[in-house]
Amino acid sequence: MLKYLSYSIVILWLFMAIAGFFIGEHANEVVLSQFLSPPSSEALLSRQAFGSDELGRPVLERLILGAQTSLFVALGVVFFSAVIGTTIGVYSGYMGGITDKVITKIIDVFLAFPGLLLAIALAAILGPGIENVVFALVVVGWVGYARLARAQTLSLRHREHILAARSLGISTPLMLWRHVLPLILAPLGVEATFGIAGAVISEAGLSFLGLGVQPPDASWGSMIKEGTRYLLMAPHLVLAPGIALMLVVLAINLIGDQWRDSLDVKSGQKN
Amino acid sequence: MISYFFKLFGSVLFISWVVGTLVFFLIHLVPGDPVAVMLGDWASPADEEALRTQLGLNLPIAMQYWHYISGIFQFDLGESLFFHQPVSELIAERFPMTLQLALMALLIAALIAFPLGLWAALRAGKWPDHLSMTVSLIGVSIPNFWLGPMLILLFSLSLAWLPVSGAEQPFSWVLPAVTLGTALAAILARMLRASLLEVLHEDYIRTAQAKGLPARLVYGKHALLNALLPVVTILGLQLGTLLGGAVITEVVFDWPGLGQLLVESIQRRDYPVVQGCILVISVAYITINGLTELVYAWLDPRIRVAT
Repeated sequence: MLKYLSYSIVILWLFMAIAGFFIGEHANEVVLSQFLSPPSSEALLSRQAFGSDELGRPVLERLILGAQTSLFVALGVVFFSAVIGTTIGVYSGYMGGITDKVITKIIDVFLAFPGLLLAIALAAILGPGIENVVFALVVVGWVGYARLARAQTLSLRHREHILAARSLGISTPLMLWRHVLPLILAPLGVEATFGIAGAVISEAGLSFLGLGVQPPDASWGSMIKEGTRYLLMAPHLVLAPGIALMLVVLAINLIGDQWRDSLDVKSGQKN
Repeated sequence: MISYFFKLFGSVLFISWVVGTLVFFLIHLVPGDPVAVMLGDWASPADEEALRTQLGLNLPIAMQYWHYISGIFQFDLGESLFFHQPVSELIAERFPMTLQLALMALLIAALIAFPLGLWAALRAGKWPDHLSMTVSLIGVSIPNFWLGPMLILLFSLSLAWLPVSGAEQPFSWVLPAVTLGTALAAILARMLRASLLEVLHEDYIRTAQAKGLPARLVYGKHALLNALLPVVTILGLQLGTLLGGAVITEVVFDWPGLGQLLVESIQRRDYPVVQGCILVISVAYITINGLTELVYAWLDPRIRVAT
């Protein structure tokens, strides 16, 4: 039941992001007559279903544009972090020796940094904007994949099929691509799932601090920030993006949990 | 143990040096001329030159680096462009507030997590387990910049029990600490549950049960103490994370700590303060992690032998 619910939420999120393309600039139109109008049951099927914000813009449409922002950032961050981190991790684990030592030290240094702080620092210095948010979160995010990929590769290094391939004279890139990567994809997939949830929260957090997406573009984080000024008069400004954010993150975490449990042989015995 | 301590101390020092270097280069990452960015469009060339001299940006980069790193060791982090006050003084004023908030959050997290995790583990697979794990999953998924305003709406604006923001009133720490501690409570509860379940399957627990020890002793003495080991580590590591997470919480509640100073300084483009805040929070984080490892090694002799 929970499983279907979480998949439905994620699918709805994807649909909202796609719907964003059809709304476009329309959602940024200022309509002062609709100033802070609350959600109403009469307007259920209209643009005003979730009420309006402090500039009279429909919250529903802002929410949809925010979904697009969060999806774009999440996919970008997870894609680049996973590709960069996995490449470095697999290479390090497979090569061993001094290469592995140096890379492990670099990974340790990155892990020693409080991640969110590093992202805040980078976003602050590079200036606000969605590309800089993605860049800052990738700089922080690749380490997790690198560490996991390295550990997984280390455990595979002495397997027979690796030895066999090596004795046939296969090149290192081909070896890693064909014989190592497919075997470590599942745990990396789980990591990436949690990574999407983390990126969604981080993007909203940076936008909340004013370091992410800039107005008039919408992000759930900046919507919450703007809404806090009207908390008592118009709580729907904070409620709508907050609930959307929480549901998406919760659904992705649930999917990640289920996926991890299904991979973990031990957990089946324990419970 | 002493050699382990020195090894750890060396690695804390090394990583702090790397952090210092990264923070130094941050200002050179500013797109364009950092001085022009800091002063804005209406600054005269003379003002720009004066600031460049003040920040030492007219010196060769190796000299700048040397000044910055040697300055750190004398607690000289430069001067704030906005307050015209040494950065180290500003940070010394704010840091205790952030530490207080983080410790309170840690306390609240532990108070929530321990009963929840214990309850879940002892009733594993039954409804208390599912309920507490669902609650903790929700706890992990609620962003603190949303939880904060929601708590304000409920406890400050609607019920008027607690102050909205600031740190002057007696109970003003409660909402920020709960906001900051919720995610940690959720993580701790899950850790404690997993760790207890692992321990409960150990042979010595079965032995204790077979000897006819009362459940209170089996769980309270034999299981819980051993299960706490990994949890203590997470607790320490998370105190460091709390320092970072405090940035957002402090902004939500207008809490006069380092995080708020950092975000305000970012908006004012007061880069010396930005650099100082990031440096201090990071070094505090690294030091706390080092101390946690030390405590862990002291609690569990196996770690010392392995490294």
